[in-house]
Amino acid sequence: MYAYDELDRTLLHERVEEFRDQVKRRLSGELTEDEFKILRLQNGVYLQLHAYMFRVAIPYGTLSSKQLRALAYVARRYDRGYGHFTTRQNIQFNWIKLAELPDALADLAEVGIHAMQTSGNNMRNVTSDQWAGVAPSEVEDPRIWSELLRQHTTLHPEFSFLPRKFKIAITASDHDRAAIRIHDIGLRLHKNADGETGFEVLVGGGLGRTPFIGKTIKPFVHGRDILSYVEAILRVYNQYGRRDNIYKARIKILVHELGIEKFGKEVEEEWQLLRDSALTLDDAAIEEVRSRFSYPAYEKLPHMPDELKQAAHDPLFERWRKNSVFPHKAQGYSIVTLSLKPVGGPPGDATAEQMDVIADLADRYSFGEIRVGHEQNLALPHVAKRDLPALWKALDKVGLATPNVNLVSDIIACPGLDYCSLANARSIPIAQELTRRFANHDTAGLIGRLHINISGCINACGHHHVGHIGILGVEKNGEEFYQITIGGRADESAALGTLIGPSVPYAEVADVVEDIVEAYLALRDSPDELFIDTVKRLGVEPFRERVYATR
Amino acid sequence: MPLVKNGKIATDIYVHVADGAEIPADGAILVTAARFLEDSEALLQRPGKVGVIWPNNRDLDDLVPYLDRLAAVALVFPSFRDGRAYSQARLLRERYRFNGELRATGQVLRDQFVFMLRAGFDALDVKKEKDADAFAETVKRYTVFYQPTGDGRATALSRRTQLRHSESASP
Repeated sequence: MYAYDELDRTLLHERVEEFRDQVKRRLSGELTEDEFKILRLQNGVYLQLHAYMFRVAIPYGTLSSKQLRALAYVARRYDRGYGHFTTRQNIQFNWIKLAELPDALADLAEVGIHAMQTSGNNMRNVTSDQWAGVAPSEVEDPRIWSELLRQHTTLHPEFSFLPRKFKIAITASDHDRAAIRIHDIGLRLHKNADGETGFEVLVGGGLGRTPFIGKTIKPFVHGRDILSYVEAILRVYNQYGRRDNIYKARIKILVHELGIEKFGKEVEEEWQLLRDSALTLDDAAIEEVRSRFSYPAYEKLPHMPDELKQAAHDPLFERWRKNSVFPHKAQGYSIVTLSLKPVGGPPGDATAEQMDVIADLADRYSFGEIRVGHEQNLALPHVAKRDLPALWKALDKVGLATPNVNLVSDIIACPGLDYCSLANARSIPIAQELTRRFANHDTAGLIGRLHINISGCINACGHHHVGHIGILGVEKNGEEFYQITIGGRADESAALGTLIGPSVPYAEVADVVEDIVEAYLALRDSPDELFIDTVKRLGVEPFRERVYATR
Repeated sequence: MPLVKNGKIATDIYVHVADGAEIPADGAILVTAARFLEDSEALLQRPGKVGVIWPNNRDLDDLVPYLDRLAAVALVFPSFRDGRAYSQARLLRERYRFNGELRATGQVLRDQFVFMLRAGFDALDVKKEKDADAFAETVKRYTVFYQPTGDGRATALSRRTQLRHSESASP
C-alpha cells in the first residue's frame, strides 16, 4: 500500500474545496452548464440518462480495507447501496446528487481517495497490473512507477486541457494484465543488459470507433527519464493532436497520421531538450516514493497446509480453488480473485454490504489489502493457503465465490443503455442472459478460458474489440442490434477482433454466442486449445458458417 | 475584460491595433502575429513597447528570433478546453527564456488561474469581472504541486527529499 503523506492529503483537501466552490457557483447560476461541464468532468462527474454519475479513481487498482469501507459508505449514504467497478480500475456510482458530491468527495479524501481526472480531456487514472507486487516473476513492483506517474499527472498545469482523454497503463510482468497495448501510453517495465530498470514505451493504442494496437516508440527509456519522456510525448500531442473533430482527437490518430517513425522523431527532439531537467528522477526521489509502499510481513508457511489437504475433499471448494486462486510470489500464499460476475448479475457491481464483507475479509486474510482488475473483478492479494477454505466459505455466503474467473460468464460490460446517455443498446441484460446460458460451471470449465466483452456503443467502454468474443451494440432503425467479433485479445499478444458477419437483433445475441462456442468445441484440436487459439488457427470462416447457416 | 497583472487588477497600457488600422506614433501596442511579421523591423524601431498576439496553432519558431525585443506576448485560449497555449507559455518561459509580459487572452476563467500562473503567464485578460475580483483568493487555493515547472514553486517530491535529508542530518 502507498501511504499518503501530509502533502498528498493537503492537495486532496485543496482539490475538494475547489470543487465545492465550483459546484456552488454552478448551483447559484454563476457558471453556465457549458462551463461547469468541463470542470465537473475533471472530477469524474458525468450527466447520464437518469442522474449524475460519479467515477472515483482506484490508482493502479490498490485499495485498503479502510478505503473500501469508505466506498461502501458512499454507496450507502449518497447512492443506492451499490457501486460499479469499471475496466480502468475505477468505481462508479450512478445515482449521486450534485449538491451532495462535494461531501462525498470530502468523505473519500479522508481515506486518501479521489476522483481527480477520472473523466475529461486530461491524463486519466494511471492503471497497472492488479497483481502488482505479488505476481511471481515480476521484474519489480510497477506501482512505484505508477504512483510517480499518478503524482506527476495530477493537476498538471500544461496537460489538463488536452485534445482528448489520455490513458497510461503499466505492467511489469511478461503476461500483461494491464492491457497496456490498448492505452494511449503503455509502459512495460523491464531491465536492460546492464540490469537497469526502464520501460518499453508504447504509444497510440486505444479502442473507440477507430481502434489501434499501440506501437513501440522506444524500446528502452531509463526509469530516471520516464517523466521527461512521457512529458515529451504529451507536449507533442498537446500541440499537434487534432482538435477539430473529437473522433480524431486521440493520440492514436496523430500517431497513425504521422506514422510512428515521424511521431517518434518529434518526441525524440522534444525529449532531448527536456530530459536533463528537474524532471529527471534521482535515486532519492524514487526511493522516497518506494519507501511509502508497505509490504506485508509474510510468514514462512508450508506449500500444502493441512487445511488445504482436508478441504480438497469438497468438490465445490476444489472447483473454486482451481478457478479463482492463483500463485503468489511468497511460499504458502495465494492471490484470490473475487468474481463480481454472479449468474444473472450485472458485471462488476458490488453492493455496500459486499464491500464491507470484503473489507473485513481483507483485514482477516489479506493484510488489509484489496485489488481491482480491469476485468471488473476484485482480488485479495495475500491470502495464506491455510486460510483458503475459511475464506471460500465466507465469500460464498455473500455471492462472491462464483467459480467463473476467466471463463465464458466472466463478462466485461459497460453500463450500456440502462444508464449511459451515449449508448445505442443495452449491455447489462445481454451479459446477464449469457451468464444464465452458461450457468453450469462444469460446462464453462470444459470450454476453458474465454473472454466476452460487451459495449453498448462505438465508444467501446466494454472493450469489445479485444474480447475473444466481442459484442457491440448498434442502433438500426430504432432497434438494438449487435455486431459480433471474434479473435480479439487485450494481453501481451493484443489483437483486434474480426467481424463475423451482419449484426443480429437483441433477442438472438445469446444464441449466436452459444453457436460460436459450440463451433469452437467441435473445431478445437484438443481440450487444451483455447478458444482464442482455435480462432487464430482457423480464422473466422468456420464460425461465420456456423452462425449464419440457419440465419 | 479586466486585466490582472502580477496578481493585481491593472490598467492595460497596450493599445490593441486591429489589422489594417493605423499604428499610433508612440505608446505600447499589441498587434497580431500576421501584422507583426509583415513589418517587424519598423514596429520594433518605433518608440513604445510592442507586444504580439500569437495564435495557438502556429509554431513558436517564427516568433523566437524577436523575443528579446518584444515587451509582451499574448497567447490565445479560443475556448476554455483548448490547452495548446499552456505548452507555448512553458516553452516561451522555460526554453526560450522570454522575460517580458506573458499574457493569457480569450476564454480565461477563474478555474484556470493556477494552471496559467504555473505555466508562466503573469498577465491574464480575465473574461468575467467576478473572476478577476476573486484572483487573490483563487490562486491561494493550492499549496502543493506535483510537477516542476518554470514558475519555481517547489514540488512535493523535492520538499519530501529535502525534509528527509534534513531529518537525517539532525542529531
